[in-house]
Amino acid sequence: MELKLPPLAETGETLTGAEIVVRCLKEEGVEFVFGYPGGAVLHIYDAIFDQKAFSHILVRHEQAALHAADGYARATGRPGVALVTSGPGVTNAVTGIATAYMDSIPLVVITGQVPTRAIGEDAFQECDTVGITRPCVKHNFLVKDVNELAITIKKAFHIATTGRPGPVLVDIPKDVSAQSARFHYPEKVHLRSYSPVVKGHSGQIKKAVQLLLEAKRPMIYVGGGVVLGEASAELTELVRLLDYPCTETLMGLGAFPASDKRFVGMLGMHGTVEANMAMQNCDVLLAVGARFDDRVIGNPSHFAAGNPTRKIVHIDVDPSSISKRVRVDVPIVGHVKDVLADMLALLKGAKDKPDPAALAAWWDQIGLWRAKDCLKYDRTAAIIKPQYVIEKLWEITKGDAYITSDVGQHQMWAAQFYRFDKPRRWINSGGLGTMGVGLPYAMGVKLAFPDADVACVTGEASIQMCIQELSTCKQYHLPVKLVNLNNRYMGMVRQWQEFFHGNRYAESYMDALPDFVKLAEAYGHVGMRIDKPADVEGALREAFKLKDRLVFLDIITDQTENVFPMVPGGKGMSEMILAEDL
Amino acid sequence: MRHILSILVENEAGALSRVSGLFSARGYNIESLTVAPTEDATMSRMTIVTTGSDEIVEQITKQLNKLVDVVKVVDLSEGRHIERELMLVKVRAAGKDREEMKRTADIFRGRIIDVTDKSYTIELTGTTDKLDAFLEALDKGAILETVRTGVSGIGRGEWVLKA
Repeated sequence: MELKLPPLAETGETLTGAEIVVRCLKEEGVEFVFGYPGGAVLHIYDAIFDQKAFSHILVRHEQAALHAADGYARATGRPGVALVTSGPGVTNAVTGIATAYMDSIPLVVITGQVPTRAIGEDAFQECDTVGITRPCVKHNFLVKDVNELAITIKKAFHIATTGRPGPVLVDIPKDVSAQSARFHYPEKVHLRSYSPVVKGHSGQIKKAVQLLLEAKRPMIYVGGGVVLGEASAELTELVRLLDYPCTETLMGLGAFPASDKRFVGMLGMHGTVEANMAMQNCDVLLAVGARFDDRVIGNPSHFAAGNPTRKIVHIDVDPSSISKRVRVDVPIVGHVKDVLADMLALLKGAKDKPDPAALAAWWDQIGLWRAKDCLKYDRTAAIIKPQYVIEKLWEITKGDAYITSDVGQHQMWAAQFYRFDKPRRWINSGGLGTMGVGLPYAMGVKLAFPDADVACVTGEASIQMCIQELSTCKQYHLPVKLVNLNNRYMGMVRQWQEFFHGNRYAESYMDALPDFVKLAEAYGHVGMRIDKPADVEGALREAFKLKDRLVFLDIITDQTENVFPMVPGGKGMSEMILAEDL
Repeated sequence: MRHILSILVENEAGALSRVSGLFSARGYNIESLTVAPTEDATMSRMTIVTTGSDEIVEQITKQLNKLVDVVKVVDLSEGRHIERELMLVKVRAAGKDREEMKRTADIFRGRIIDVTDKSYTIELTGTTDKLDAFLEALDKGAILETVRTGVSGIGRGEWVLKA
């Protein structure tokens, strides 16, 4: 990598590699480092011992360090930082790194490595860290020379936070963290091989605006890129200006307010009828920061063949996301925020206006799909329905909490029933679908926003994958609320087994569950068990009143409830199964 | 469709694994891959021969460009270009076949670069097609060992691939 290096800092202080790491993090304004010590990072921990620049959060498992840093990044937009030791420290962290990578979350991961002379000798706690993590990072570095350490960390932050964001790993051998060098932290780095496009092509933007204005059945499809790209304001203005329907992916929720009547709900495998049907039947589709993935459009040939005349405009910062699964007509590579701003300027100056009659007819059609009321569920049931819990959670937190989730049915219900009006309030693992993220995500969010309500919607299977973090929550006084939708099954696995495997529930039943109330209490928290619909609201209210306590709400829900609508894997997005079909 | 990609990469440890890892992770084909430093020691140049539909090759190019160590990617097959591959072949060359082997090598403009009583080692340069044709022209039983470099390619004319 060629760098325009600033003149050598003759006056820079001489610091050890470990001290350089701490100073670099300080220069970057890092607030929290999530980590776990071990042999190869002992020099770095020694340098952390008496510094005040950032707080170190000691997790109970390296996976949680990554998830917590990731949750912090998702909620704040700032890069999350994690620090783990070599060997098993790294391998434990890999799930967290891959989770962040799939959802394009900026992280800087600092890992210890065995001393340079021992690399390759199968030393104690050695693993090929750059090799193991290469497929799940945006970039990684092995620092073999202490003089390269500061500039490498600068590059790591630069790469992690620009273009399509992602995790960047810096592997530091133990001898490098012990050696000394002059410290100089460059303000900027230039990498000749890395220069993400920012501005969209003006000709393409003009074409896109023209297509949008000529649309008879328009649709705006919004992904996580709008959240990551801080483009909510521009997007919201555009949707309202045009008065076009808007749908969001699981990762895009909150980018456009769910309470606006133009929002037709989430789309995809568990999307609403109105969102999926409008996607399939529109004549002009504007895709913003989304990637047409399998959980969104299902089968790409069905999506294309079902509507061959549909024109697609696709805005994304990553050229490789464009025309990957679906051919698009007007690709625009650039920052969604800048491109949307350019489009808004053109739209406001345009003489043409959308055809009001066509638009009214389209909204009427969407109204018919909406009237199917595809998210309806039995509100009279004697057993607690999970959807009801989420509705109450939304009501009690006034729709303004940070909601993290794990992965499975509860995640889909949270996405469907907690109506997010703001970006960065919905924190979950979309791409990799990592069970166990919910609790550490909530820790990262609560540290960033100590005064905000933070709830983790989870299930009895997912929560057990990182439950040891209840201990971390105690140590750092993180009073998050855990809403455990306990149906004694890996619910989504059970649902697929019911639909596609003839009710053969192989290994999806959770026997021998712990008493979660006692477990929460054992960790020094408050536990509540709720098994009647009438008690849900009261328990939630009580939990949120306990401002300074972590509350574990073990809510016993209907074992047979399924997530609807559902597009079976490999099917087209208009081929939904609805609750009433069964 | 066969494509020849020319790639300038930073001459960094691990750059080759990033590129080859990308191909295996995404299920793309590599028919051959060559790499060596360029006149600028900070950069290496790779030539990768791959096959795939236009959509796949477009994705390969985009994915390669996304790698932080990759400086530039060009699909040489999109324009006029020259490709060459070097092959060393050790063949049986004893008795009455010895003269015939020499003649065949001459026809293909091969050079005999090592000799024993019973064998020749022949050096041959050309397109992949030509090297294949040479091997086909030989009696299968006569071929003792082959080693090929894979394709290196360059654009025709004054156009150059620069950082």
